[in-house]
Amino acid sequence: MAQTKLQVTKAKEGEEIIACDKVNKWFGSLHVLKDVSLSVTKGEVVVILGPSGSGKSTFIRTINALEEIQKGQIHIDGINLSHDVKNIEAIRRETGMVFQQFNLFPHMTILKNITLAPIWVRKKPKAEAEKEAFELLERVGIPEQAHKYPGQLSGGQQQRVAIARALAMQPEIMLFDEPTSALDPEMIKEVLDVMKELARSGITMLVVTHEMGFAREVADRIVLFDEGEIIETGTPTELFDNPQHERTKLFLSQIL
Amino acid sequence: MSSSLKPEESVKQTLEPPKSTLGINGWLKKNLFNSFFNSILTVVSVLVIYFILKGSITWVFTTAQWAVVTENYRLFMVGQYTIDQLWRVWTCLGFVSLLFGLSAGIWKGTIRNLSIVLMLLYLVHTIVPFVSSTGKMWLAINIAIILAGYFIGPRLPKSKAITLVGWFISFPLIIFLLNGFGVFSPVKTNIWGGLLLTLLISVVAILGSFPIGILLALGRTSKLPIIKYFCITYIEIIRGIPLITVFFMAQIMIPLFLPEGFEINNVIRVMIGATLFTAAYMAENVRGGLQSLQRGQFEAAKAIGLNPVHSMAFIIMPQALRAVIPAIVGQSISMFKDTTLVAIVGLIDLLGIAQTVKANPEFLGRHMEVYVFIALVYWVIAYSMSYSSRRLEKSLGVGER
Ligand SMILES: Nc1ncnc2c1ncn2[C@@H]1O[C@H](COP(=O)(O)OP(=O)(O)O)[C@@H](O)[C@H]1O
Ligand SMILES: [Mg+2]
Repeated sequence: MAQTKLQVTKAKEGEEIIACDKVNKWFGSLHVLKDVSLSVTKGEVVVILGPSGSGKSTFIRTINALEEIQKGQIHIDGINLSHDVKNIEAIRRETGMVFQQFNLFPHMTILKNITLAPIWVRKKPKAEAEKEAFELLERVGIPEQAHKYPGQLSGGQQQRVAIARALAMQPEIMLFDEPTSALDPEMIKEVLDVMKELARSGITMLVVTHEMGFAREVADRIVLFDEGEIIETGTPTELFDNPQHERTKLFLSQIL
Repeated sequence: MSSSLKPEESVKQTLEPPKSTLGINGWLKKNLFNSFFNSILTVVSVLVIYFILKGSITWVFTTAQWAVVTENYRLFMVGQYTIDQLWRVWTCLGFVSLLFGLSAGIWKGTIRNLSIVLMLLYLVHTIVPFVSSTGKMWLAINIAIILAGYFIGPRLPKSKAITLVGWFISFPLIIFLLNGFGVFSPVKTNIWGGLLLTLLISVVAILGSFPIGILLALGRTSKLPIIKYFCITYIEIIRGIPLITVFFMAQIMIPLFLPEGFEINNVIRVMIGATLFTAAYMAENVRGGLQSLQRGQFEAAKAIGLNPVHSMAFIIMPQALRAVIPAIVGQSISMFKDTTLVAIVGLIDLLGIAQTVKANPEFLGRHMEVYVFIALVYWVIAYSMSYSSRRLEKSLGVGER
């Protein structure tokens, strides 16, 4: 099987890791992504803002091929994300994803949730995978929950497990789709804290969120989506304090 | 008691439920005679139950003549299976008993209760006068095997793996032993009969329909139109025709597909028919389970990099099947009961034996006893299945998330 494995030329700090070029996507006749181009360098934290229904989720899901695109190109770490199953699987190994609804596997313990992919995809020995799982649970602050089931945990704890599960594959890129939107207010902070720690650790992050405080504090760059297009990008200061585009101003005035 | 309660003590006190103050009279009043109308209902129900019970008991113990059952007991159990080869059936039973015993010792719970029931059944048969002394010896051995398995099971190294492998190979082993396949003197399937045949057909149909049903359900959701429409057509056609038709077609049509000079006997044809029939229903059950899953589960499985096979095996199927255990067991029970239809295509299963026995002039007019007896046999097995399913649902937490 060795020769079928894709050679991933790992991007170095500061090099381009995600390259989207004129990405277009339709749901039936609904044009949800219109010529979206975005380049992300390794280690960058990019926050995606925009009104609901503007295509943020769809866009972030194209990056690990949960959504097919009909036009344009996406390269992750140099791999062309085409219809080729081999490429798609390689890219999914390189990207972790955290969903709004956690999507933990309810029939497995927390430990099994985390070790499943390392054992079956990365072919790690069980003992090693479990040791790393405990380290990750330590990192997200819930080492004592390893043998419980997802249903026994609070929303905030479940989302932190979901982050640990994604990290267990040692991804180059982490994708977050509104990770705190399904949480009770008092649990949002514990998840954001974990994400802040992650951002500092130097992993590449693409985050869809409505948490403006988080965006301002953590983002290297902010991308504003509206009606399937990127309206404006810039650093938090540029975008929040000196927005150029009318629609950006409108969006910010509605949300702040 | 000190006057200052610790916080947790006071919490406990406030949570204590009020003690029930009902005595027997209170209970009667509350549950049976709590209104004028309910009192009338209670009296009427008691009378109805009394007359039914009285009638049944009188019939069972005085009117009925059970000789028709007791004298044909071997026929009911194994049909015409060659008498001097019966040790092979007993050996199969012994193997199954061993697996029950081991599983009971290892997993406790439901399987232990089932083993107890099995042992009680054996025990009853060792006491009743109409079982031959050889039979009694074998039954005693089977009881001993269950007990031995129960005690050895937990102490055996790798016991779980061994037992699972045992269950896995049990079926081919049983078929091999029963048939002989040249190693033992052949006992043709056309003389297998009675409960033995009923159980074999049901087990084949239930176990065989499982993988086929899963494949059909997955095929039905496939993106490839040929596979998709093949599965849909198959499922909808099978579900639209009665089982008895399938049995007749299996008799006539399967030989048409076979090369010249190649022959499959009656029993195997019926097994194939029953399996293909049940598979269509299983497919619909599995599809129900798949639909009960949230899309997020499929996506999360993809996102962590699992390939489609792993994602099916670890994430999707365990949840989908768990969600539809009641439907799957219901399907299995109805398949088990529907095997009675094979009597119509000339096999002598439990019902087939009943037909031949009551036609015997020696037992003229004793059909009531025969039917009551086989109803009891069916009920014991079907009820054991539904009981196990309920326990299984509970222990797997179906319905709670
Ligand atoms: N699976 C789908 N099928 C059809 N339309 C969809 C689907 N998913 C999203 N859409 C539509 O695409 C548009 C963008 O959705 P989405 O990417 O979820 O927006 P956002 O995440 O910014 O709220 C919306 O109009 C939504 O209704
Ligand atoms: Mg969204």
